[in-house]
Amino acid sequence: MLEVEDLRVSYGDAPAVRGVGFTLERGQTLGVAGESGCGKSTMALSLLRLLPATATVTGKVLFQGEDLLTARWSRLRAVRWSAASVVFQGAMSALNPVRTIADQLCEPILLHDKVGAKQARKRVGELLDSVGVPAARMDGYPHEFSGGQRQRIMIAMALACRPDLIIADEPTTALDVMVQAQIMDLLTGLVRESGIAVIMISHDLSVLAHLCDRLAVMYGGRIVELGPARQLIDDPRHPYTRALAGAFPTIGDPASRRAPAGLPGDPPRPSELGAGCAFAPRCVHAADACRTEVVELWPSGPERSAACVRVLEGERGA
Amino acid sequence: MLETRDLKIVYPPRGGRGPARAVDGVNLTVAPGEIVALIGESGCGKSTLARALVGLVKPTSGEVLYRGEPLDHRRLKAYRRQVQLVLQDPGGALNPRQNVFDAVAEGPRLHGETDGLDERVHSALSRAGLRPPEEFFRRFPHQLSGGQQQRVVIAGALALDPSVIVADEPVASLDASVRGEILKLILDLRDELGLSALVVSHDLGLAWNIADRVAVMYLGRIVEIGTVEDVLLRPRHPYTKALLSVLPESGERVVLTGEPPDPTRVPDGCRFHPRCPRRFDGCDTRDLPVLSADDSVACLEVIQ
Repeated sequence: MLEVEDLRVSYGDAPAVRGVGFTLERGQTLGVAGESGCGKSTMALSLLRLLPATATVTGKVLFQGEDLLTARWSRLRAVRWSAASVVFQGAMSALNPVRTIADQLCEPILLHDKVGAKQARKRVGELLDSVGVPAARMDGYPHEFSGGQRQRIMIAMALACRPDLIIADEPTTALDVMVQAQIMDLLTGLVRESGIAVIMISHDLSVLAHLCDRLAVMYGGRIVELGPARQLIDDPRHPYTRALAGAFPTIGDPASRRAPAGLPGDPPRPSELGAGCAFAPRCVHAADACRTEVVELWPSGPERSAACVRVLEGERGA
Repeated sequence: MLETRDLKIVYPPRGGRGPARAVDGVNLTVAPGEIVALIGESGCGKSTLARALVGLVKPTSGEVLYRGEPLDHRRLKAYRRQVQLVLQDPGGALNPRQNVFDAVAEGPRLHGETDGLDERVHSALSRAGLRPPEEFFRRFPHQLSGGQQQRVVIAGALALDPSVIVADEPVASLDASVRGEILKLILDLRDELGLSALVVSHDLGLAWNIADRVAVMYLGRIVEIGTVEDVLLRPRHPYTKALLSVLPESGERVVLTGEPPDPTRVPDGCRFHPRCPRRFDGCDTRDLPVLSADDSVACLEVIQ
């Protein structure tokens, strides 16, 4: 359904996304993990051309057979909401504070479904029910709702026109653990019932593992490891995935008691990215070859790939 | 070292709501060289408690004691040399127009300790893991990464050689890989300088990573307290159990419905009863006593 090929985004001279490719089938869920500045949000927003005009986007984004990067604006507008929609991070700022919830939820329905106001309101009621917000409160304003409820409303909005794909950008960040669990359960349920494909972005691997079939770990504007979610976390092949997986400890695991696992160094700045592996400066296994050789996603197992020369060496050895 | 006795902080009524009982009776101690994690959801009063410990909020009743002496709000300056606050969001805590040297030197300058200021800043930065320190002196916050900014904030706290650090969500705004480095720093400071710390967080994994003891707070009260092993591996309060159950690696999830309740409307009886999966008759009427130093769990079912 979605095929991304060699997607590149740059702001002026600074490359933010440096050649990303993946595919997504109907009903599949893909998690995109990585730290701030790794290009994960930029990548996801560029799929629907939601980036500011200062960004240059190249590559191919084939969605249901049509390249969204070259599609006409009118066509793109039709795709947004009705075929693919976005749940933005920070429901606080993504909702308009001076318009009622019903108003904001009705807007895409009226625009895309060509139904009357009465029917749209009925649909809004159903949507709010489905995400666990009392439909009776649809004439309230965003500030009257709690953070968790606002995030639920954002999800209802993304579902408004029955899309085939939802892009969720950090949907649970800044929420409390318990509310986070509620939202994750809600998303998991919706995905299972409706068969919507989801691209979910987060910095927290464990959250993604809970919801997603497959995971893509990004570093320095590229995917460094891609494969089935559970496998990537239980048996990471790329040293960066290993570091991310170890950052959040398992309670009860003696190895992490009084021993927080960190990763020295800082993520690369877009302007500093050059040849070689972007992770090499922070990698404990880095060898000379890592700094000069071109690193690509190489197969590292069934349906898995990792961008690390050691993976390639392992293959050669075997 | 640092102690609260039946501490209560009530914010006055506002906008048609009743008074907010943000902290509603807390007994908590931090021993010398001990790291205590205070865990809770937003709105449970944990940040208010942290602020009261450094004298930023005046208690409505009860006391804060430091080395057995009650905190005197007229002598805050001397007190804050000893007990330092580290805030979340280092980007907001640092002045964007102040370079690293001035940011760290601010504390010593306020206290009139300008002799050997260079060495003081140098050693604070070095202890906070920014090495070599001279290279950071003239940099401004925007030239630093998030992890480096948080280290500058910690260096600022260390510059006065405090004996206790109160850290409010010190890693919440940091990336996963940096998180471990900052936690390691807090652990090292305790091991090397004997620093005590109270770390406020919503993250139980943080407690497992660095704390000796953990206190779980709900709606203004501590509901369970004990060693990290006891509370996290053998939780007794239903709230602690629920918090642990929603972690990704745990088996059966107990997802509580509803949002954390409102400190302006504290329910009667056990304050957790409206969301408790194990409530029974009596939970909604029988008030639970404030946990003393000897008790470890505030739950009717466990007490009986």
